[in-house]
Amino acid sequence: MRVQLFATCLIDTFYPETGEAVVKLLKHMGVEVAFPREQTCCGKPPNSGGHAKQARKAAEHFISVFKGSDPVVIPSGSCASMVKNHYPEMFHDNHRMFQAATELASRTFELSQFLVHVLHAHEQGFVGNRKITYHASCQLTRELGVREEPIQLIRSIEGAEFCPMPSADRCCGFGGVFMAKLPEVSMALADEKLDTILESGADTVTGCDHGCLMNISDAVKRRGVSVDVKHLAVILAEGLK
Amino acid sequence: MNKNQAPVSFKSNAANALNNPSLRTAMRNITSTFGKKRVDAIGDNPFEEWRERASEIRMDVLNNIGEYVDMFSKNATKAGAVVHRAKDSSIACDIVASLLKDYGADKVVKSKSMISEEIHLNAYLEKEGIKVVETDLGEYIIQIAGETPSHIIVPAIHKSRQQVGQLFCEKLGCEFTDDPTTLTKTAKKILREEFITAPAAISGSNFAIAETGSISLVTNEGNGRMVTTLPPLHIAITAIEKILPKLSDLALFLRLLPRSATGQVLTSYFSLITGVRKEADSTGAKHLHIVLLDNGRSEIVKSDCKEILKCIRCGACMNVCPVYGMIGGHAYDSTYPGPMGVILSAVLNGLERAHPLLDASTLCGACSDVCPVKVPLAKLINRLREIKVENGLAPELESIGMWGFGAAAKHPKLFELGQKAANAAWPIARLLDKQTVDRLPKPVPVSFKRRVL
Repeated sequence: MRVQLFATCLIDTFYPETGEAVVKLLKHMGVEVAFPREQTCCGKPPNSGGHAKQARKAAEHFISVFKGSDPVVIPSGSCASMVKNHYPEMFHDNHRMFQAATELASRTFELSQFLVHVLHAHEQGFVGNRKITYHASCQLTRELGVREEPIQLIRSIEGAEFCPMPSADRCCGFGGVFMAKLPEVSMALADEKLDTILESGADTVTGCDHGCLMNISDAVKRRGVSVDVKHLAVILAEGLK
Repeated sequence: MNKNQAPVSFKSNAANALNNPSLRTAMRNITSTFGKKRVDAIGDNPFEEWRERASEIRMDVLNNIGEYVDMFSKNATKAGAVVHRAKDSSIACDIVASLLKDYGADKVVKSKSMISEEIHLNAYLEKEGIKVVETDLGEYIIQIAGETPSHIIVPAIHKSRQQVGQLFCEKLGCEFTDDPTTLTKTAKKILREEFITAPAAISGSNFAIAETGSISLVTNEGNGRMVTTLPPLHIAITAIEKILPKLSDLALFLRLLPRSATGQVLTSYFSLITGVRKEADSTGAKHLHIVLLDNGRSEIVKSDCKEILKCIRCGACMNVCPVYGMIGGHAYDSTYPGPMGVILSAVLNGLERAHPLLDASTLCGACSDVCPVKVPLAKLINRLREIKVENGLAPELESIGMWGFGAAAKHPKLFELGQKAANAAWPIARLLDKQTVDRLPKPVPVSFKRRVL
């Protein structure tokens, strides 16, 4: 099987090790990973900021880059939802683009979705020794409906302990442009999220969106506590059997 | 409404709210209490089916608003009410004030009505020399405090019981206590007297029934029933979109509203009022006037934000909103706070004034998920952000930045150049917006793309 990987601009710019973990993970599962070199950003930042024209430019480019019939795998709930849910909406006034967007949406997967539903990675299992809590990011949970898949994967890590946090699907306060628009509120929300992370008793917090994890990392750094913040792909890649 | 007001100082209001520890405590309580109670009250009920049906009914009303308003007016008139249509706030206020004067009422008791807050009725009547007494306990508290509601269902949610005790002590001259029961008794005693002596009453209407011309009140304190049965004159103010087609539709909405609002399976009091007191009736107003407010709604039903008018004012969206939960309602400086409030403020008051409120969302979508009539709240906020940009109300620097972003998203080489520049220029970016930049990791010198290819 071959997939096309969209790395997301956060991973590309800030967290290349997560991108490498995704590649390692998929290759280990026998998947050939293509990396379309012309890829840039899905357009989520201008989209959520109301800059529809700019978001549309990004979407047009994305659709032109991720051609063919291979599935597109995206290690981010919000970027995956952008492609799966928002692209078709953006082109409701253009039949040709709408069809292209709908076709692309049908073969686009968020990483944990792909790992569970297509590769059944949770059946194969992983190893590890972390005490892991999971933050359920907003678009992943509410727009894509991916609620159980990341937990199934965490639970399949032999030797690790899953420590659920209260209100796991409460927003961490990242919100893309929101973090810059209302920084005080954004930080206060991240602080509350950190309270629940600490309450879980975990030593590691994971999630499927680097935006949230970045915001949570900042709260961890500001408070000076010792909690590992890792993308789920990194945890799974380190625990490959 | 005046559409040319200065923008709400939302950013600084929000920052100030965060520095108010008692507000933070109060807000934490509401979000944890109401959120959980709502989930329990919904239980195993087919909530998705209910809200789907409720959404259809509300859409039907909006799609045929003119017909339903006519039907309601005709049937309410037939039942003995006098129906007044008010194009905007000042006309509505004027109608109410004139009615009170015509009936010689210098005092009026009120049950909770957000529409009356929207049109700033109390201030108008006080200016006309008419004494207004709010009789919902929360409304009474904020009235004597000289404040505005910070929540559409729980108007004094921002106040602790200690603060209420202090307030009663100062304004009512009673001894300080923070015992809620004693405080409630104090208010009850005063309000009883007001109910009995008031010549007139003002109420809202949660739902207005087109088929029968009825208005209805959903309350927990019974004050709604007192004001609508004791005084001889009853003026109900409601907005045109609050109509439901049929009496039988109420069953569904009475299941959805209390569950969504306060996590109650059933409301404590429900009043359905059709016309004036009949000969055989022992209670009820002798004169019933219904003011139907438009205030821009006839235009809103034709706009992209039409669906906000499906709203039944339950407040579930604010109870789950992370931003509202952090800063409370007053920071919005608008009649309606929280997710529904952001949208209503934008469409009712205009973007000139309300556009900063559009920042009050992480677009997390928790609001859209709980809405009992499926208003796509997060989507509408996002759409309004687009309209804000189209109208040139976005900060210039942001628009330039986003334009650059759009150009880079289309040109991979430019995009890479941007990444490299970000790495090199990080110290400069830090000078521009230290607060944001310090919360981000530094861009890596070699991007993932470079590593993988």
